[in-house]
Amino acid sequence: MNWAIQQLLSGVLLGGYYALLASGLSFMFGVMRIINLAHGDLAIVGACLVFLLADTTDVSPFVALILVLPIMAAIGWGLQRWMLERSLRAGMLVPLLTTFGLAIVLENGLFEYFGADTRSLAPYIGDFGFDSWAINSDVYVGSLAVLIFAVAVLLLGGLKLFLTYTSLGREIRATAEDPDTAELCGIDSRSVYAIAAAISVASAGLAGVFLAMRATFTPFSGPEQLIFAFEAVVIGGIGSLSGTLVGGIVLGVAQTFGAQINPQGFLITGHVVFLAVLAARLALGGLRARGGVHRFFIRRP
Amino acid sequence: MTLLSVERLDARHGLLHAVRGVTIDITPGETLALVGANGAGKTTLLRTIAGAHKPAAGRIVFEGADVAAVPAHARLRAGIALVPEGRRLFAGMTVKENLLVAAARGRPGPWNLDTVVEAFPLLRQRLNSRAGNLSGGEQQATAIGRALMSNPKLLLLDEVSLGLAPIAVEAVYRSLSTLIAGGTTIVLVEQDIGRALGVAVRVACMLEGRVVLEGSAKDMTREEVTEAYFGLRRARRFAS
Repeated sequence: MNWAIQQLLSGVLLGGYYALLASGLSFMFGVMRIINLAHGDLAIVGACLVFLLADTTDVSPFVALILVLPIMAAIGWGLQRWMLERSLRAGMLVPLLTTFGLAIVLENGLFEYFGADTRSLAPYIGDFGFDSWAINSDVYVGSLAVLIFAVAVLLLGGLKLFLTYTSLGREIRATAEDPDTAELCGIDSRSVYAIAAAISVASAGLAGVFLAMRATFTPFSGPEQLIFAFEAVVIGGIGSLSGTLVGGIVLGVAQTFGAQINPQGFLITGHVVFLAVLAARLALGGLRARGGVHRFFIRRP
Repeated sequence: MTLLSVERLDARHGLLHAVRGVTIDITPGETLALVGANGAGKTTLLRTIAGAHKPAAGRIVFEGADVAAVPAHARLRAGIALVPEGRRLFAGMTVKENLLVAAARGRPGPWNLDTVVEAFPLLRQRLNSRAGNLSGGEQQATAIGRALMSNPKLLLLDEVSLGLAPIAVEAVYRSLSTLIAGGTTIVLVEQDIGRALGVAVRVACMLEGRVVLEGSAKDMTREEVTEAYFGLRRARRFAS
């Protein structure tokens, strides 16, 4: 019994990381209808920047993170202004190509600078990386995993509150629904898009730093993280923030239990659950239910 | 003094030359009705004035400044608001949110949530409903209210009675009369010539992208407008 509770708890906490990673992907798709294939690589960029700061100076990765987040936001802002905006004008499939190209450029750029070494931020955060709290004599939760989960809940909840109750949040929702009419309501849709991209890329950087703290990364770790984020988004329902948290948790729990069946089962169980949910959604016409993919393909004028 | 003067404006949709050399002046406080058949260029003209469509040539002078190159969101701040054809509400947002979103970037003035609800009493019960769940009349009231929230100097209304039940049209026009009496400058596109002549001070009739008849609504008869509307005079000239 304790064994199952332990696995469930670990899976849920791992799901927090996936939700954190997926939130930016889901948010950018919800607002701009862009599937950012460089999302995982941008997460690794965040990890590399924090690693660079932690390695060359003596600052804690948590302090470095506070410095790096605005940089990541600026990268997102610039990405929208100089790359995504242009490619969006050429049709909604072009951003898929440009972000795919960006992913390759980022991976090889990081490889050029950092080399192929596997790195981790774990040595820089001391005991915190492996500390845990005992629930009872058999069940433990990792303190870092709890922190990541809490940050994910705060970010997704905060984003939800921001979109619902603030003036800028309303403008983002209005632009997401109908950018032309939003312009007629006085909203500068270009800057709304740039702000949304900044939020999305900053959250990717945050997730990347947590990845580097709880595990290891290389310049080519991005695509695998993108797949996890994508699976969490699809399981939870595209464009839905609370769904993203649920999707991350389902993926995390599936992977954790899969790893118990067989050490190779970690990845395969996650993929199987993702495919099963996708098939069920298609069979039930559920892609339309959240207004995500369906709206994307039908309503965009 | 003119509030808006459109000078030799051309607008295109690709190869289609929708607006051809239109020149119109609008003085503050006046109500101008644009009539014309489907495809005459009325909607394109309004959208070009509001900045939602790029003009191919010509000038749009608003309060003395040429705004032809100014983006739509900045024109709203300058005081031009468009109620688009088909209402185009943010369907997933509540009525209240639809109204507030336009107020945030608008100008200060008499219109706010309270005064808009006062002008459109049917919205009072619906403020927290999703805009997509409203009836046609309620949606149209929300769309007009949303434009008013920005306190425009010039209000452009595109086919406000389209697809509405007669009783809803009645309610919308009753509210419009209040606006007109309050001195709001309005350009409205209307298919119903009787209504257009009833509510407007001046009428301009468009045909194939051009203004073919313009004058005071009082001096104009239904027959004259009908003739211009269908291009009958020109047809007769070709016939003889």
